[in-house]
Amino acid sequence: MMRPWSDRRAGGILGAASLLTCLCVLAMVAFVAVNAWPIFAHDGLRWLGPGGSIKGQIETMLNSTGHPPASVFHLRAWPIVYGTLLVTVLAVAIALPLAVLCAVFIVELAPAGVRGVMVPVVRLLASVPSVIWGLIGVLVLVPYVGNHLITTSERDSLLGTVQLTGASLLVAVVVLALMIAPIMVALICDALAAVPASWREGAAALGVNRPRAIRAVNLRAIRPAIVAATVLATGRALGEAIMISMVSGSFFFAPRPGDGLTFLFEPLRTIASTLVDYREGIGAPALKATLYALALLLLLSALVLSLGGHLIKQPLRRHQVPA
Amino acid sequence: MSAPLANPRGVALATRGRRSSVRTWRWSDRLAVLAAWAAGLFLCAVAAAVVIYMGYRGIEYLRPALLFSRPAPGVAQSETGGFLDPLLGTMLLTAIGIALAAPLAICSALWIVEYGRHGRARRMSRVVESSIEVVAGTPDIVIALFGVALFQLHALAFLSSTGEGGGVTGQSFIVAGAVMSLIALPPIFVATRDGLQAVPAHLREAAYALGKTRIATIRRVLLPRVRANLATGVTLGVSRIVADTAIVIVLLGDTLRFEPATGGLPGLRLLRGTGSSLTSYVFDNSPAGEAGAPQKAYAAAFVLLVFVVALNLVVERIGRAQASSQGLAADGGIA
Repeated sequence: MMRPWSDRRAGGILGAASLLTCLCVLAMVAFVAVNAWPIFAHDGLRWLGPGGSIKGQIETMLNSTGHPPASVFHLRAWPIVYGTLLVTVLAVAIALPLAVLCAVFIVELAPAGVRGVMVPVVRLLASVPSVIWGLIGVLVLVPYVGNHLITTSERDSLLGTVQLTGASLLVAVVVLALMIAPIMVALICDALAAVPASWREGAAALGVNRPRAIRAVNLRAIRPAIVAATVLATGRALGEAIMISMVSGSFFFAPRPGDGLTFLFEPLRTIASTLVDYREGIGAPALKATLYALALLLLLSALVLSLGGHLIKQPLRRHQVPA
Repeated sequence: MSAPLANPRGVALATRGRRSSVRTWRWSDRLAVLAAWAAGLFLCAVAAAVVIYMGYRGIEYLRPALLFSRPAPGVAQSETGGFLDPLLGTMLLTAIGIALAAPLAICSALWIVEYGRHGRARRMSRVVESSIEVVAGTPDIVIALFGVALFQLHALAFLSSTGEGGGVTGQSFIVAGAVMSLIALPPIFVATRDGLQAVPAHLREAAYALGKTRIATIRRVLLPRVRANLATGVTLGVSRIVADTAIVIVLLGDTLRFEPATGGLPGLRLLRGTGSSLTSYVFDNSPAGEAGAPQKAYAAAFVLLVFVVALNLVVERIGRAQASSQGLAADGGIA
């Protein structure tokens, strides 16, 4: 009969598996950072600023040879950084109130039958792949915006600079908000369900009507969960590459708020969608370093977001329902 | 506070009602309730629109022949064949990804919950948990680029093919599957860890009292008990792999059909070769990719959506079965 394993051996094997998991993550950060180093060595952080046309800079990099001279590393990435921030902030700004209202509806206000329908609906929306969102965006929303919402005068006003097809900031923000809202709804619903009923009953006993009680008690009690949901949604929005690459026009342009309504119809590119669009150029060393530097930027912002989320939750946690 | 409204039914309310009548609410409160209803119904409408539209287009363009014929290069749509290869590619990737991710995730979760509670091991547990959180929060395009950097090393050339000029391509099914396992890892880990933490302490203590070692307890008592959580986690991991596009288009070589690598062991040639998956097929056939065949894209996207919905139903079914078998009320939450 085989001798049963000792705890120490089993513990060692399981611990080795955990260590392997850890090492994978460290390897990821290390590889991305090492490959991104040439850009930082050449330019410091200046490459994040504005200047020049990104398309031209990337073309130079693509056409450079195996050992590019230092002058080739001259990307100025501000338009795509700005595009990323714009899309993310707008999408989260739309999705957050939508998600909070929807969660309140599901947990507090919906009749039992409707709630039974809403729960699978939200789960379904959360699991739709991003390529399907992108397909619907590019085959339904983009033509609609291009044919029905953009007027000829708006197109003429930007005639020399950029072409207004329907692929635009508007479509990207709307679809992104619809993608991240279900994630937030799920988290906030769980937190709302965990608020003790006695808290709201106490408010009712003091004469507060239902919507006010919900706002004053439940929503304040779940503030850590709202922060966690926002952080998660922002991380997801920052990293969304495929859908944005399909619907946002793929043009290195920084939408100008000064243009008024046309601002919404201008195309843009985000960091993640640039990575997807230029994935084949990873052979050229100069472009490789650039792409990895952008990837490092995404990685660091994801890390900073989770860290920031943890830190914000701490002081909120004292009298609240845990997230 | 607004002046109290004259309420002719005040007496009746006082004897019957516990709820405040909507008539006494301010407009802002009524608006808030309306907004909540509108938000809920709007999300419902969006989901219905997505499902119905994809269903309509899918049924319009999907023919069974598409599912079972291989794609072929061609000019007219009728010549380009179906998407059997991408379909098989998705399944192959899923198999490789889960085969790599599940043992790693389950072992990590077991170690953290059972062995990593005290002293030095506790710090290590926190490091492992944080690193899995980092992976969960990383965008998949960054993970794909990591895969490129890692698997283009010459030491790992045996996992993919070598192009002319001596450069390792770093693109193959094994490579893509290995990187997919990174994104399937967090769901499996979280589900297993939560299941293990929910096992009441007295079960473990009873096993220890009977003289079982920790590993025996894990094998005979704990793992059978968290089978449902494992199944949920694995299904969630599968749905993440099936839905992922970025890793596929970067790491799988994006060839329409299976292109086995040349040389080496015959069995491994397919795994070391390139191919495509449903998601990359949809991406390539949409206006954003090279081929401009929205009909094929709709058909493939419909199949993908059906997969994802089916996986969702499986998760829900497992959750309900687990809740009823453990005698708890069915879970009313969403996650």
